[in-house]
Order: sequence, then structure tokens, then C-alpha cells
Amino acid sequence: MTSKIKLYDVTLRDGSHAISHQLSEQQIEAYAQLIDKTGIYAIEVGHGNGLGASSVLVGKSKLSDELIIKTAKNNLQNTKLGIHVIPGFATINKDIKNALSWGVDIVRVASHCTEADTTEKHIGYVREKGKEAYGLLMMSHMATPEILLDEAIKMQTYGAEAIVILDSAGSYLPNDVRERISLLSQNLNVPVGFHAHNNLGLAISNSLVAIEAGAQIIDGAVKGFGAGAGNAQLEVLVALLEKMKYNTNIDLYKILDAADMVENKLIKEPISISSLSIVSAIAGVFSGFSKHVKRVSKEFGVDPRDVFMELGHQKIVAGQEDTIIDIAIKLQKRD
Amino acid sequence: MKLKVAILGTGNIGTDLLIKIFRSKNLECTLFSGRNLNSKGMLKAMSLGVPLSDKGIEAIVENPECCDLVFDATSAASHILHAAVLKKLGKIVIDLTPAKLGLFVIPSVNLTEALEYDNLNMITCGGQASIPIAYSISQVEKHIEYIELVSTIASKSAGPGTRANIDEYIETTEKALSHFTECKNVKVILNLNPAQPSIDMNTTIYLKINNPNMALISEEVKKMVATIKAYVPGYMLALEPVYDNGLVILSIKVQGLGDYLPKYAGNLDIINSAAIAIAAEFAKNRKQ
Repeated sequence: MTSKIKLYDVTLRDGSHAISHQLSEQQIEAYAQLIDKTGIYAIEVGHGNGLGASSVLVGKSKLSDELIIKTAKNNLQNTKLGIHVIPGFATINKDIKNALSWGVDIVRVASHCTEADTTEKHIGYVREKGKEAYGLLMMSHMATPEILLDEAIKMQTYGAEAIVILDSAGSYLPNDVRERISLLSQNLNVPVGFHAHNNLGLAISNSLVAIEAGAQIIDGAVKGFGAGAGNAQLEVLVALLEKMKYNTNIDLYKILDAADMVENKLIKEPISISSLSIVSAIAGVFSGFSKHVKRVSKEFGVDPRDVFMELGHQKIVAGQEDTIIDIAIKLQKRD
Repeated sequence: MKLKVAILGTGNIGTDLLIKIFRSKNLECTLFSGRNLNSKGMLKAMSLGVPLSDKGIEAIVENPECCDLVFDATSAASHILHAAVLKKLGKIVIDLTPAKLGLFVIPSVNLTEALEYDNLNMITCGGQASIPIAYSISQVEKHIEYIELVSTIASKSAGPGTRANIDEYIETTEKALSHFTECKNVKVILNLNPAQPSIDMNTTIYLKINNPNMALISEEVKKMVATIKAYVPGYMLALEPVYDNGLVILSIKVQGLGDYLPKYAGNLDIINSAAIAIAAEFAKNRKQ
């Protein structure tokens, strides 16, 4: 088979969750220089929740969006530069306008899986400025395949040039992925992408299922460096796709170099499937909540697993980290 | 005699306002004007026997005597056009869009000041829920380094207008938050949650304060909650102020009255209840 698969590298964005958004200029510089030689299509940089998301709710960034974007841009010649935007966190005037002026090539506008219409203006603006705009549906396990398709069609109508569905909680079984990606690929006119999390150890295999079902864009992070149990490990995907005779145009040795650099210079603790990540997937809660749940539960002396289960029970979405403390205090009073 | 008021915009906000005006001792709705006589809101108004029009603001231009005060529940872009017309006609305007042309008003904070102006801006639902609390804390803690507001509303309570105006929501709320608290460093975040049954509106307020006087803060917050509850009965403190990780944190929940919209639409209820409170104040002052 010679189908073309675009690999989209979220290491310096999703990985920000894993280090509480403390990326340094040197780390961005070193990574961008290495990745630029690999042939990878695009890298995404920024705070874990994207542009304008540095907050006490999710975590304050060490660096400003401006410094992150400019540092990456200065070190990229071949690889495109992408950013993540969630309307509700970032606005066109405060954030997107500037980001485009700093040289961003791709803006991935994300909403909770049922709220696509919040992205209309942002996608429209990016297209108007002649940049690439994707539509992303987060926490996609919380919607039926039919609803996901409706929401994806909305984003396509707004001008999105690709639709990516995110398994933000890492809770999909292979069949869940197959069903959704097939339905979307068969009914959309734009390429479909998949973004995995590894909470149940399925990030790589679910990504392969997505490709079989018609996905043309796959998100990954080297060393799996991402929120919670991390993402699909990018260098593994490259090796697998090469073995399966897909055309990715990526130099395996060079992506392995980038992975080694991340292992040595970026990762504080190895990305693994922690007990809490398993609970997060079962509860269907956003992987990025892990660090907050851990800290708050410790402080209020409650079981973080109970907190996750309650978050899941309340159908809490990404951006509602403020609920964690409320739940912890209620659990503490109950005990 | 009651104060004659007109409503521009017959969507969720406009229709809920209408029902609240029906209950008011001081206000009478003399015009309900939009673009489509078959809209759900229009049909509701028809059933209540309210004078209707599908000519939008033209209905007021053609018959300026019909009202003294206008609620504008259209959109930010429309309000910019409406404001100039209504000013010429000498109408008091209560603006429920995030156009931010007029004076920012929060009834529990600057109701008296509002009476001196002819264009009153209701800020946003999240602003009405959280800014008075942040303001009350700013009155006892002079050095607030940073304030962040995180509001989550039920998806079903966010109509097409709210969804299209998320950026304006953020920018307007941030501007008003800085204005009332004098804290320059602020951030506002909005989430939509589609969970069923729909959740109540929730707003969490984070304030970065060194060595806060938590007892004093709690006392001020409780006083402010009681003041707001007088015009928004479903307003409540969901998380009492705690100090965690260098931040004073508290949460507010707002349940709606369930007038035109379901109870979970506390976000719409609070902005409408605040708008009615201002109109009622104008009505009372006119009588004297």
C-alpha cells in the first residue's frame, strides 16, 4: 500500500500537560531543530490547552505564547508550525491575530465534541487570512458517532480543511475508533484525523485502526509525551507505518534522534500508564486532569480515584478543572 | 403608571425578559419587536397579548412615543446601530448584548450611578454572577495580583447568539472585571457542558492574594450573595472561599427562575434579572 498518511506532532503542546506547561526556550529550540530534519508534516507548540490558555485553572505557562511560537518558528524551515485553539480560552483579537503574525501556519480550532458551532468565527478568520484551519472535536467519546458526524459537518461548513477527533480521555476501544472514523471518512469531503491517548494501552493500535478506517492524519508525540498516559508514540508510528509500506516521508533515524533528545532533556518522569490514568479512562475524564486531581486529592486527603469517578459521573468536560476542588471538599466532608 | 418598555430581539433573552416584565409592579411591555412574527418568542408574546412588530428598531422609530426605555437583546453588531438611533430618540437603553458601548452596570454595585446614564451595558452572564463578588473582595483586599473567572454553562442554555459571541463574552467580561476591581491582570474562561440533565450555571473565582484575611473575605462575600439573591433568587454560594495554592477560590451557582427558559438557564436568568432590577430603579425614580 502506498497511501499517504500525514503525521502531526503534538509533542510540544500535549507534552506541556505532562510538565505543567513549563517548556523552556532551549527545549523548544533544540526540538524544533531536530524535528525540522525529519520530514514530519507539522509540529504543534504551546500550553497544553492551546493558545491563551495559561491560567490558574489549567496551569500557568512558563513562557508567553509569543515566545513559544517565535522560538519554534525561528528554528523551522521545512516543518509547518501549528497551534491549538479552544474558543472560550483564546479569542481572535487577543490571541489568533497575533499568532498568525508570528508565523503560525496551521490553526487547529477545537471544541467539546458537541459544541462545534463555537468554532465558526475562528475557523473562518484563519481561512480568511489564508492559513490552514482544522476542526478538532475533543472528548469525542462523549458523543455518538452520528452526533460526531453532524458536528464535523458543521466544522467542514465553516471552512475546516481537516477534522480530527480526539480521544481525550484515552477511553476508546478499537471498535469505537473504527466506527467513528469510518463514518466520518465516508461522509466528509475533507481528510479525517485521529488523536489518541494511551490510558488503556491502545494509543498505537487505535491509531492503526483509524488509518485502516480511512484516517489520513494521525497525531502523535515522541516518547508519547502528552497529558495523562500520553499520546500515540510518534517514532513507533513512523516505524510501524514504514513496515506496513505506508508513505510518510519521514526519516526514521532522525525522528529517533528527536525522541532521544526529548527523553534526555524534556521528560521529568517517564510517561507511563499510571493507576490514575486507567481510572481516568474508565471514568471518561480528560487526561489533562491527572496532575490537578493528584495534587488536590492529596491536599484534601481524599482518594484521587474517587475524585475521577465523580468527575466522570458529573460528565465534566475539559476546562472544568475547577470542579476538582469542589468534589474533593465534598468527598472530604463525606468521609 | 408603569414605565413603558420595549424589547428588541425576540430570542430566548428577549422572551424571558418579557415574562419577567409581566410580573413587575413597575414595568409594562408596550412593544416586542424582532424580525420574524412566527418565531417561538413572538408566538409566546402574542399569546400574552403584547404589541408585536417584525420591523425591529423601525417600530420604535415610527412610533417613538410607544416606550421610554428599551431592552436591546439582539446582537453586539446590531446594538451598535441601535444605540445611535435610540439616543436621538431620547430613550434609556439597557443593552444585553456584549457591545460594551454604555456604562457597565451591576445592580448590587452601581445601581445609583446607572440612573445618570442613558445607555447601560449588562456586561455578560458570567460577569453579573462573578464580578460583584470579586468587587466585594477588592473592597477589603487592596492588593489583588490576579483574578480569573471560569464559568460553565449548560449547552442548551447557550443559543446561537451566545455561541457566535464567545470572543466578545470573554473580552467584555475581562474589561468589566478590571473596571470594577481595579485589578489589571485578569482572565476569563467559558465552558459549555452538554451533560443531561443540564447543569446549573457555575462560576469559579480565583484571586491571587498574599496573606488574605479569609474571615473578612467570607463575611463580605456572604453579604454580597445576600444582596444579589434579592434580585436573582436562584443565586447561591456553591463553594465557600478557601485558600489553596496561593489562591482564594470560591464558586457560585445560579439557578434560573424557570420563567420562559428552564431552571438550568441561570446564566440567562441572572442577566435578565439584573436588567429588570435596573429598569425598575428607573421606574421608581421617575415617580418621585
